[in-house]
Amino acid sequence: MNREDFPMLKHEIVYFDNGATTLKPNAVKEAINDYYENYSANAHRGDYKISNIVDEKYEQTRTKVKQLINAKEDSEIVFTSGTTDSLNLIVNGYFKQNLKKDDEVLITYSEHASNILPWFILAKEIGIKVKYIELDQNYEVTIENVEKVITPKTKVISLAHITNVISDVRPIKSISQLAHKNNILLVVDAAQSIAHTKIDVTDMDIDFLAFSAHKMYGPTGIGVMYAKYKLLDKMQPRNYGGGMNAVFTKDGYIELREIPTRLEAGTPNIEGVIGLSAAIDYINKIGIDKIHKYEQELKKYLLEQLNQLDFVEIYNKKAQGSSVAFNIKNVFAQDTSIYLDKYNICIRAGNHCAKILNEATKINNTCRIVLSFYNTKEEIDLLINVLKNIKNIWNEIL
Amino acid sequence: MDPNLKRSIILDNYEDTTNRKDIEDKKYIKHNSRNISCIDNINLYIKITNNTIEDIKFNGEACVISIATTSIMSKLLKGKTIEQAIKIIKNYNNMIEEKEYDSKLLEEANVFNDIYKQPNRIKCATLTWNGLLEELTKYQNGIHN
Ligand SMILES: Cc1ncc(COP(=O)(O)O)c(C=O)c1O
Repeated sequence: MNREDFPMLKHEIVYFDNGATTLKPNAVKEAINDYYENYSANAHRGDYKISNIVDEKYEQTRTKVKQLINAKEDSEIVFTSGTTDSLNLIVNGYFKQNLKKDDEVLITYSEHASNILPWFILAKEIGIKVKYIELDQNYEVTIENVEKVITPKTKVISLAHITNVISDVRPIKSISQLAHKNNILLVVDAAQSIAHTKIDVTDMDIDFLAFSAHKMYGPTGIGVMYAKYKLLDKMQPRNYGGGMNAVFTKDGYIELREIPTRLEAGTPNIEGVIGLSAAIDYINKIGIDKIHKYEQELKKYLLEQLNQLDFVEIYNKKAQGSSVAFNIKNVFAQDTSIYLDKYNICIRAGNHCAKILNEATKINNTCRIVLSFYNTKEEIDLLINVLKNIKNIWNEIL
Repeated sequence: MDPNLKRSIILDNYEDTTNRKDIEDKKYIKHNSRNISCIDNINLYIKITNNTIEDIKFNGEACVISIATTSIMSKLLKGKTIEQAIKIIKNYNNMIEEKEYDSKLLEEANVFNDIYKQPNRIKCATLTWNGLLEELTKYQNGIHN
């Protein structure tokens, strides 16, 4: 769908690495250009017209994000540089202040580094304990397995909505019910789900949410942290400076501004916010449900086709996300991706920053395809044809 | 060198399991070579006696280039003195970096003489050579004695 909107697709590439980042539609590029050509000024600063336009667009984007994830207030939306930044802010800005020694956080082996390392560091700093929810035989999280590890000391559950290697979809709503029943807060990493499925933080009752614009057709360097107002209000800013203070005097008296401005010190990533705004408009124009349905169909087709190749090993047949993790038997993942690159097919090979997933899967490296709505059955057919000729791999890559 | 010949030397070494095994023997120095920019992960096992490399074994998960070049290296440097081995490694690195080098010293390793054309594979071609160089230098400095 909508391939004509993506200038990168004119380069005759088959882009299957949508888990790493998505391509950008013209609308995003044009919105950013428009900012630099027509109202290039700082935010929250001037009394002149073009600066006011920046302010308006900036705050309108907050509203759009709020609507996208169905938050209650604009003020629950904080702009960050991306998922990693958001997760670090959640851990250091909130939990560092509100957890104590021996409190437990639950994660899984399949989390991305950015939802593991900040917790490890916090464990070193204040002595919290990081515990793992056991994965089932499909490497998925079941509510029973969450229940099993909860203790009176469990204070946080921090999970990806959709994981980036297995692409299993976590039952967030039931996990959040279970969490809240036990006075546990729920952090959700939506990096791999925001562009593929509807997220409703109110219905799912999510306490903290993180995602990046660049995985949802927007620019790099901009992302979102959502938190419920009452939690956000207790959050410690990590940066102090312009924009976030109300008053300060020579003897060190400081009064900070309201939420969320307090958490966004300094000149923000204005072009990023404007690009994100255009990306949200773009997704809304197609409709996330339509995107979801199309990607599911395409994924089904991809699995059917790959299943017919007996030399392909698939690791996540059961997963509900839009991606497939596989290997060609007896070929190292990276060699496969270099081979596919000879045909301008872009996939990702490696551990995908989920470096402890191998504890569960016993597989260190995989090839990963994450589909987007701009991918087609024809592209999958091409992939399959190229894979059918895998015996030529050494002639092609050596 | 004819590309077909090169390819078959690389593949023969990729499939050659002579030196491809994990070693428990404490007389071997173990070195983990890990390529952060890609995903190669190879363990080297080096046995040095009287200033001479008595044996090199290796195992791990890595791309065809990494495995093949490690296999070639393990055969080429076996029996060499530390000084000879370091000289060969430096010549190999010079070849990879398109500097002057003595191709006679490199034997089968010459198959990688045009790897510079694929910049994303230079790391794969040099990973274990540099790992070995590190251990040999440590040995020279008395760290392993
Ligand atoms: C599940 C998951 N979490 C977090 C991230 C980190 O996102 P970013 O690099 O945009 O901060 C990624 C990106 O690969 C991801 O897939």
